[in-house]
Amino acid sequence: MTAVPLPYRVTANRPESADTRTIELQPVAEALPVFAPGQFAMVYAFGVGDIPVSVAGIDGSALTHTIRGVGATSRALCAVRAGTQVGVRGPFGTGWDLPSAAGRDLIIVAGGIGLAPLRPLVREALSAPGTYGRLNVLVGARTPADLLYRSELDGWGHPYCGVTVDRAGPEWTGNVGVVTALLDQAAFDPHDTTAFACGPEVMIRAAARELLHRGVPAQHIRISLERNMHCATGHCGHCQLGPLLLCRDGPVVAYDRAKPLLTVREL
Amino acid sequence: MKDTGILAAIPEGPRERLMALGHEMSFPAGTRIFEEGGRADRFWIIHTGGVNLDIHVPGRRAAVVETLGAGRLLGWSWLCPPHQWHLGAEATSPVRAWEFNAAEVLELCERDHELDHALLAYVIEVIGRRLRAARTRLLDLYGPYGSGSPG
Repeated sequence: MTAVPLPYRVTANRPESADTRTIELQPVAEALPVFAPGQFAMVYAFGVGDIPVSVAGIDGSALTHTIRGVGATSRALCAVRAGTQVGVRGPFGTGWDLPSAAGRDLIIVAGGIGLAPLRPLVREALSAPGTYGRLNVLVGARTPADLLYRSELDGWGHPYCGVTVDRAGPEWTGNVGVVTALLDQAAFDPHDTTAFACGPEVMIRAAARELLHRGVPAQHIRISLERNMHCATGHCGHCQLGPLLLCRDGPVVAYDRAKPLLTVREL
Repeated sequence: MKDTGILAAIPEGPRERLMALGHEMSFPAGTRIFEEGGRADRFWIIHTGGVNLDIHVPGRRAAVVETLGAGRLLGWSWLCPPHQWHLGAEATSPVRAWEFNAAEVLELCERDHELDHALLAYVIEVIGRRLRAARTRLLDLYGPYGSGSPG
């Protein structure tokens, strides 16, 4: 980890949806330590600012980030052209720790842009056949046009990859409704399952509630939380959630630890 | 069938008495199972396949608002006045389901209070879950700021 951003060259920038793009980065010279799925980087658009962005792909020292343009810095990062440079710090935070789920069924619940930090987790699980039990991937999005990584989704579920949207147009032939409804179609042994969830916190709570209801223990439900991360080193306190500094103690937190914090109003 | 939604929610004795009233049905993909505003005199437990629930939009194709899959209850409007379907339903894939005649089930419930209580509790739970899901979707969770202003 470095406190000074290292220069990374943009090697690709492709659209995912109307407001979301995926950029690929290669170190210009020195590379950051290897990221783990679930960790995040501080990505710096020179002259604009830096923001925390989870890694959506890890290939040696190359990084992939999927960014939704909702503020000045994220819009600047969405606009970077191939060949230009950005600054990157990291890796920061806790990862999904997939190896600790070896031998267990996996349920991955993603909502909206929350699919980005789960993508390297899915890829890691797929790259180690036989290491884990059944892989179930449940994806929710606002509309079909907002779905990320559409070309990859078909190969993700063994045995199940379900996609649902909140609002469907006439061209959509898939599921409509909340992502938690897809749990009915997933194949898993609740007591021998590890679940991973990322998305809006209301969705995360709903997913965790359903998983608990079906018998998945809270300590085996891992969620990724988001707050206003600023320094990313646990010093500034911007990302505090009760006793946790999410840039250091998160973003991935076990639900037995997070549950009491998520029910406190305006925490 | 025993482990899926409604059947898991009802104790074995009343469940067997309920299932004695049902019969298996198949719907090819694309079948309109019922129409919004139509008389709600049956319900189904989906065994395999998927069903879209939709709302009629004048001048356009019906808008799909929810998809139901295996193990889910299809239809609850039979339980309470005005006994009309709130939504339309269409099979999105070949569907196998258990079909129940609502009048026969309600008549049995008049005599079988154990079934009456268990079935009513289950249907209310289903309605509650669908209401909660609908309200959650009102938040537009996947919008740029999750569910409102950036704060």
